[in-house]
Amino acid sequence: MADLQLELKEKIIEQLSLEDIEVSDIDDNDPLFGDGLGLDSIDALELIVLLEKDYGIKLKDPKEGKAIFESIGVMAAYIENNRTK
Amino acid sequence: MMVEDYKITSFCSIKDNKVIVDNKVLYVHEEQGTVKEFTKAIYKSLGIKYPKFYKMDTLCKLGFLATEALLRNAEKPDNQTALVLSNRSSSLATDRIHQESIANKEDYFPSPAVFVYTLPNIVLGEISIRHQFKGENAFFVSEQFDAKLLTDYSRLLLDTNKASNVICGWVNLDSNKYDVFLAIISRKGNTILTEEQLNKLYHT
Repeated sequence: MADLQLELKEKIIEQLSLEDIEVSDIDDNDPLFGDGLGLDSIDALELIVLLEKDYGIKLKDPKEGKAIFESIGVMAAYIENNRTK
Repeated sequence: MMVEDYKITSFCSIKDNKVIVDNKVLYVHEEQGTVKEFTKAIYKSLGIKYPKFYKMDTLCKLGFLATEALLRNAEKPDNQTALVLSNRSSSLATDRIHQESIANKEDYFPSPAVFVYTLPNIVLGEISIRHQFKGENAFFVSEQFDAKLLTDYSRLLLDTNKASNVICGWVNLDSNKYDVFLAIISRKGNTILTEEQLNKLYHT
C-alpha cells in the first residue's frame, strides 16, 4: 500500500504539472482538493483518466470521484480494492 | 471630427531566446533547448509565483509571460483593459498533442488538461484571470502580423470607450518556433500609435 501511495504521488505530480511540489510535500491524509493541493475540476477529470488508463478502473459516474479523490490514502485504498491491472 | 492620438505606451517581445521590454533586454536564455524549458526559465527569472502557470500549454505560457514582462514596471492597468491578440498557427502545437492522444482507438486516453487548450483564445482567458481584466477580448488568426488590424481594432475600442487600455499583439507558436510581440495602447506615452510604428516595433 505504501508503494502504491508513493506511486500515486509521483503520478499526480507528473500528470497534473505540480512542478513546485515534491513527493515529500504530500501527506497521505492531505485533502487533494480545496485547501490541500488546491486541485481544480480539470485535475479531477485527469485523475479519472489516470484511474482508467493505469489501473483499469472506469468510474460510472464522475461524481464518485469526489469521495475517491479525498486524499492519497483514500485513493490508494480504492485502487487496491478495484484495480483490474 | 477630431481624431484622438493614442500611444504605444510600452511593448514587449519574446524572440530568439530573449525577452525585451521597451528595447531593454530583460532576460536572455543562454541554453539551447525546448520552448517549454525557455518559458520555465523566464518564469523563474521574473520571480513569478503563480502555480497555475505550469498547467498552461506553451502558447498560453508565452502570452502570459509577455504580459508579465510588459506589466512588470508599468502602472497596473485597470480591469477595463481589453486584449486583442493574433497569430498564424492558432493552437496547433496543442492540437497536435491532443490528436496524438486520440489517434489509436486501442489506446484512447485524451487528456482533459490538454484538450482545454485546443483553442487559441484560451490565452486571453489566462491573462484575464491573472490580471482581473474584464474588458473586451478577441483573438484573430491571420497569415502574418497585421498591424492595421491591431491598430484599427485598438482605436475602435478606445474611441467607443469599450476599454481604458488595450494590450494587443502577436503570440505565435508552431512546434519549437515561437514569436511574441505585445504592446500596451493607451492615452499615455510618447510614441504615437500608427500602423507603421506598430509594424516597425514588431520587426525590431
